[in-house]
Order: sequence, then C-alpha cells, then structure tokens
Amino acid sequence: MATETFYDVMRRQGITRRSFNKFCSLTAAALGLSPAHADEIRHAMETKPRLPVLWLHGLECTCCSESFIRSAHPLAKDVILSMISLDYDDTLMAAAGHQAEAIIAETIEKYDGNFILAVEGNPPLNQEGMSCIIGGRPFLEQLKEAADHCKAIISWGSCASWGCVQAARPNPTQATPVHKVPGLADKPIIKVPGCPPIAEVMTGVISYILTFDRFPELDNQGRPKMFYSQRIHDKCYRRPHFDAGQFVEHFDDEGARKGYCLYKVGCKGPTTYNACSTVRWNGGLSFPIQAGHGCLGCSEDGFWDKGSFYDRLTDINGFGIEANADQIGGAAAGLVGAGVIAHAAASAVKRARSKDAPSSDTSKNTHEDA
Amino acid sequence: MASSPAPAERVQSVYVYEAPVRLWHWINALAILALCVTGYLIGKPLPAIGGEPYAHFLFGKIRFVHFVSGQILLVGFALRVYWAFVGNVHARELFFIPVTRAPFWKEVFYELKCYMLMKKSAKTYAGHNPLAQISIHLLFVWGIVFMLVTGLALYGEGEGPGVIHTLFTSWVIPLFGESQDVHTWHHLGMWVIVSFVIVHIYAAVRDDILSRHSSISSMVSGWKTFEGGRPRH
Repeated sequence: MATETFYDVMRRQGITRRSFNKFCSLTAAALGLSPAHADEIRHAMETKPRLPVLWLHGLECTCCSESFIRSAHPLAKDVILSMISLDYDDTLMAAAGHQAEAIIAETIEKYDGNFILAVEGNPPLNQEGMSCIIGGRPFLEQLKEAADHCKAIISWGSCASWGCVQAARPNPTQATPVHKVPGLADKPIIKVPGCPPIAEVMTGVISYILTFDRFPELDNQGRPKMFYSQRIHDKCYRRPHFDAGQFVEHFDDEGARKGYCLYKVGCKGPTTYNACSTVRWNGGLSFPIQAGHGCLGCSEDGFWDKGSFYDRLTDINGFGIEANADQIGGAAAGLVGAGVIAHAAASAVKRARSKDAPSSDTSKNTHEDA
Repeated sequence: MASSPAPAERVQSVYVYEAPVRLWHWINALAILALCVTGYLIGKPLPAIGGEPYAHFLFGKIRFVHFVSGQILLVGFALRVYWAFVGNVHARELFFIPVTRAPFWKEVFYELKCYMLMKKSAKTYAGHNPLAQISIHLLFVWGIVFMLVTGLALYGEGEGPGVIHTLFTSWVIPLFGESQDVHTWHHLGMWVIVSFVIVHIYAAVRDDILSRHSSISSMVSGWKTFEGGRPRH
C-alpha cells in the first residue's frame, strides 16, 4: 500500500532532486513569498502523503465513474496516478474479490480520520439494506463503517446527493441519499450532483481539495459554488432566443432547425443548477441543449418525479392523479366561478321571493362585502 | 334606492377607506391583473415569433412587466402594512384578526349562514364583516405574502448572488426542494389569487345590489352610505 508523498511521485516520474528544488523556489517566488518559504513548500511536498481515497459503490449505474474517466482537464489518469491515492474503486482497480475488500479495512486502519470517502450511489434502507450487497454484507454497513473513519465525504452524482432513479416514487428499496442515512457519522459532505456529474467538475473538485487541503466553498445545499451557483439557463447560448420569444414548438419544426430556445418543449435549464452550459461535456465538445434537446434537470433533487421531460409545467404529485399547476389551478378557479354563478342565481331567486312577501323588507341583507 | 323613507330611515355616511387605502386597492388590482397575465404567459409562452433574435425582445418584455408589477405589488404591500398601523380602525381589519374573541367567531358563522342563504338578514358593518375579514386575511394577505416571497426567490435566481438571493432564494428553494417546485407553487399561488379575485368581485357586486349600503363606490370615494341606521361597528 502506497504512502507516497508528492515528492515521491515526482521522483518516480523522472524529476530530479535539483529540478524539484528549483520548482519549490520558483513556486515560492511565483506566490510572492520570501525565499524562506521555499523550504516550507519543499517540506510539505516531501512529507504530505497523497490523499488516500476510498471510492465506494452503492445502488448506482456507474455513470459517474464512466464520466470521471473521461475527464480531459485534468486527465483522469493524472488524478488517479499522481494526485490522489485511489486505494479502492471496484470498477477501476485491478484487485478483485477478498483482496479488494481487504484494502478497505487496511485503508481505514492506516489512514484513520485522514482519507476521503467518495460515494457513488446510495444505500437502500429497507430489508436492513439487503437490496445492495457488497462482498457478502449490506452496502449500508460498509458505508457507515467507512464514514466513521473518514475525513470527509464526497457524494458523487445525483444518487448519492439526492437519491436519483432508485429513490424515485415509490422507492421500493427506500434508497436514501448519503446525507440522509440515519446513524451516519457527522462528517463534512460535499455534493456533486448530476446524472452523471460533468467529468471536469468531478476532477476539479478533487484537484481543489488536494491543492488547498479543504473543500471548495459550498452553497447551503452542500454543492460547490464554483460549479453549481448558476443555472444552465443563465449561461445558455440559446438564451437570446428565449428573451426574443423564439421557441421550438415541436422537435421537427423550423425553430428546432434554427436552434431556438427549448423552453416550450420542457427544457429544465431555467431551474437546473449545473455547469453544462459553460464547462460542457466530452472535453468541451457539446451539451444536451447544443445537441438540440432540452435539459432534463438531472442534477436537481427528485428530477425523475417531476413528470414529463417535455413539459414546462411539471406534475404535482399527491393529488391522487398526476396533474400540473394549470390543470389544478384552472379547475379550482373554474369551480369557484361556477359556485359564484350558482350563488348569484340563488341570491336572485331568494330576493325575488322575499320581494313578493311584503314583511321581508325590513330584514333585507345589509351585510358587508369582501 | 329611493324607497319611501320611514322616520328612522335616513341616509348616513361613514368615512371608511382613507385615500392611501383606496389608492393601494386600485394600484394593487392593476398590478395583480398584469402579474396574472404575464405570469401565465411566462409559464405558457405565446407561439414563437420568427426573424433574428436581435430584432425581438418579446419574452424579455413580458418578464420585465412581470417583475415591475411584482415590485409595485411589493412596495404597495409594504406601505399598506405601514398604513395598518397609522391609518384608521378600518385600515387594520385585514391584518389583525381577533381570533381569541369568541363573539368574533360567532359572527363569522352567522355571516357564513347568511351567505349560505340560511339566514335572511345580516348585521351591518362599516368596514368588512368578520367572514370577509378572515377570508381576505387568509387568502389574500397570506396569498400575497406567499407570492412575494416565492416571486422574490425566483427573481433572485436570475439575478444571481446578491441581496435578494441571500434574503430569499438561499432559503426558499431548499425549503420547497428545488427550483422547479418553487415555480410550480408560485404558479398554483396565482390560481389561488385568481379564485380570490372572482369571489371578491362577486361579493362586492352582490353586496352593492342586495344590501342597503354602498359597496363599490365606497372604494372610490371612501364614504360608505347606509340607508336606515348607522352600523354597529
């Protein structure tokens, strides 16, 4: 098991001691520090171990891992081989079976309180977690045990952050996002939602933690502000069409060919916090809206339960039937209108009747209106 | 209204709605009309227009009218709450409900029965009757507060980090779940206001016709005229 320092990694990659010293001096100069600080940097590089990471998988589809390995800046291989010490990731590691599982115990013992726990997917709580078994025991147990000893937790993707598809209604296994797991050790959690998250966002978060030895600034829902403080809509290149009132009405119409705004065909860009419209995907090549399809809002809580991906007005559950705000509100306003008409008719009839009876004149309605 | 006046029946007037209240009422009415129309169009935009995007700003204008009307509603509401403290006794009817007073509830149920056409006569009030008071308070006052808070939260989303974002967006969105949920509830809120407006206008017109006091004109002049006897309150 590696307890390599950053210096060790540099030496292993063919960098000489002389070059390393130069690097430390130059870094100190570049940061505007006095020459004495070059020694501190050197000391830190020589003694700081690479950050050990345990990457556990619960109920998930591995799309987060698939995304992660496609990171271009920095390359995933640089993150895994040079920046972090990825001690356990059952998808990427060579070891398998009992040997692989033994690494978890070893890391927990060796780096107690000093490793990062990256969680892809989430644990199901029903049937005591039996819906997700890793190495013969529930993932729920494995997660809790690792969380007890870790330094901090990264919730990869919408599964770990919000619950995602396995937690969608009616959620038969009671799949639960990491921060809501009862009895989980109280450790700092950073959420990196998305289905999957953008590769560069994932590696960017890791790079930040390594460089500054702390989490990036988080919003009050625990997401890094640097990637999740703006909506897709805010930086969308089709935004001018939105402001102009030019919308795609159908996917085969002229507006679709001209690249109009996808708002009316259900784009969730205006309600989705993510970096797709700026960082984009596959090395900055494209993102869903650029490809002509609306945003599904995959990095938002409960996006599976909001009805059609192709409607702006999403379903409101809990009314027995699925209906959107206009159907429910319109029906309510219609009922009120009908009630008003019926009441007006009844009032008129009653008044006509009381006019016939002469005695009722003194008992006319004199109440006040709304 | 020219019925033969009995000795006791003479027309009396009470100054109920002060000028700021009347001004607020009608500005509010216009703002709500603009907000409902533009809000509906934001949820369900008009058919797309052609041409180059630099030549048009239709949706931007619709949203602009919505935001401006919303801000007018906000300022108006704030001044109205202020007026509830400094205005006359009728100015605070909508904001201070005597929920702990048993007679108040008795009168609420009495009014309910009148509206259900089970009672023939109703008591006379200078301002709002207790039923009107409580329904305006619950549906309108809190409805507007709800719409202002969710509206500001949604506005803060577009504006990005800043005062409005910190004061509203930062806690409202997690409270409802996510942004889309806030949109949905804001949309439902509009229908609550629309339903209220329907009942409100109906009750005002009905009252004007059926009762012996002025109703609609009092929101223009401020004076409410009563045929035969002054109101108790």
